[in-house]
Amino acid sequence: MPEQEAAGTQGSPADEVGAFLRRRREQIAQRWADESMFRTVFTVSRDEAAEAARHVVDALAEVADAERMHDTDAAGFTVVREQLARMGAARSRAGFTTAQVSAEVEGLRPPALNLLISDLKDAPAERVRDCTTALTVLMGTLRLVVLDTALSEGQALIERQQLQLLEVATPVIKLWDGIVAVPLIGTLDSARSQVVMETLLEAIVEQHARFAILDITGVPTVDSLVAQHLMKTVAAARLMGAECVVSGIRPAIAQTIVHLGLDLGTVVTRASLADALAYALHELGAGIVGPAADGARLR
Amino acid sequence: MPTSAGVEACLPIGSDLDLVWVRQHVRQAAARLGFGLVEQTKLVTAASELARNTLVHGGGGRMDSAQVTRGRAVGLRLAFSDDGPGIADLELALKDGYTSGGGLGMGLGGARRLVHEFSLESTVGVGTTVTVVSWASAPPRLREEF
Amino acid sequence: MSDSYGRPVSVPGASAHVPVLRLGDVLLVTLQGDLYDSVAQQLQEDIGATIATSGVTGVVIDISGMEVVDSYLGRVLAEIAAQSSLLAARTVVAGMRPAVAITLVELGLTLPGLRTALNAEAAMDLLARTGSGSRFRRSSAEHP
Repeated sequence: MPEQEAAGTQGSPADEVGAFLRRRREQIAQRWADESMFRTVFTVSRDEAAEAARHVVDALAEVADAERMHDTDAAGFTVVREQLARMGAARSRAGFTTAQVSAEVEGLRPPALNLLISDLKDAPAERVRDCTTALTVLMGTLRLVVLDTALSEGQALIERQQLQLLEVATPVIKLWDGIVAVPLIGTLDSARSQVVMETLLEAIVEQHARFAILDITGVPTVDSLVAQHLMKTVAAARLMGAECVVSGIRPAIAQTIVHLGLDLGTVVTRASLADALAYALHELGAGIVGPAADGARLR
Repeated sequence: MPTSAGVEACLPIGSDLDLVWVRQHVRQAAARLGFGLVEQTKLVTAASELARNTLVHGGGGRMDSAQVTRGRAVGLRLAFSDDGPGIADLELALKDGYTSGGGLGMGLGGARRLVHEFSLESTVGVGTTVTVVSWASAPPRLREEF
Repeated sequence: MSDSYGRPVSVPGASAHVPVLRLGDVLLVTLQGDLYDSVAQQLQEDIGATIATSGVTGVVIDISGMEVVDSYLGRVLAEIAAQSSLLAARTVVAGMRPAVAITLVELGLTLPGLRTALNAEAAMDLLARTGSGSRFRRSSAEHP
């Protein structure tokens, strides 16, 4: 290590900690590489673990320099967030609880703290206390960042899966030239209603559909929020020049709608998908004839 | 040219020409941050409403745009400020259909429904600042007040 | 030419003037890109004047090229429709994009009195088919 400047007594504790992290980067990284947090993730080589630890030390130094010891959103953390996420994900795959991950990060504190204390052996007691407190706070923030990153990774996974589920669950079917239908099955929440709306409106454009049928036979309940989304879909389709028909309102749902005092007055409704199709065909001017002798001319 | 500088920008709002700049900047910034088409359109429309408010009611002002992050979520923050007369009754101003400027009265209340976060500060005689934030993906759970 | 901020005074992609085309009994107006408020205002006047002098019976406003319709432009469209119907011409707004439609509804602007069509062709068709305008009247809130 090139001439180590003695642990100073100038600058704020944060500056001191920042300078310390930079000065002792290598020693801290080497010690952390042996802690379970790094050792068990980077199993290929110890060098890899040490390199990862160096990155984290650098990030902490940057956060300390910026005097943002408490801030989990500090810019310094952004560069190591991905790495921390990988480490957190590895731990959850290994079946670690949040508390265990937290304890592992906590395990990084003593080695760093001991180094800091030995660096400050000549400093006044008050100074030592301030600096160790600052480092402790910083390590606490790191712990929060790790946990937060791990949690939001999990959340991201759930969101991705939810989105996939939404897309799978919203098929748009072309029933006739100019008529599309979306049979909705399962509970409608706000996010899904949004996807339904966007999917249906896109289909209207693609299929040049003048009629769009929303069939809610498979929807168990309709609350006021869902009803509102249906109304919005109807209104948006109308602005685009298409008419929306809601079909398959079961008696229980009709009752709910009445109880909720919702006004579906401007929405065309039909009892079944077949009725809705018949309505749309009629409006398009397509006649329906019986499957009798002239069935061959059916179109 | 402010629109090529990226997401961070301060655009003056002094004429209806500036409204076009505001819309184009917000469109490009939102696209750069990965907003979906519908969210882009909502945010640009909200910006248009708010910029027009700044122009018509505030006598002109500026829009500051900045990228924001919360956890892994990326968003766009737009602040519209003017040194105009201010708004005496905030609740009334946010109500649909209320207008003092001859519009449809959808400006403030409508813009609020198009964004994820909305805050309005106004002091009579000093000016008004409306700050909105929209997130590129689903809005993150609020950890603390923004 | 540039203004005091050093920006060109005309914004690329913004229309400075909207042409109003006459096709038989119908006026066809195609809106594209971004629109200055003043241009929208001018358009409203132009359409009124053209209907009055030419006696057309329909107006088609194609907005499929518009990425954004805010409440100002929404109001202009509604006013063009109302003003045209006073002059005995029916207005159809055609080709609104899904994202724009969602945004307008979210904004609270459902424009109940406005006739709409999927595209300009469908709008011409609608005007041709419904000379009396009875079957496809979209709302009772329409002006007589």
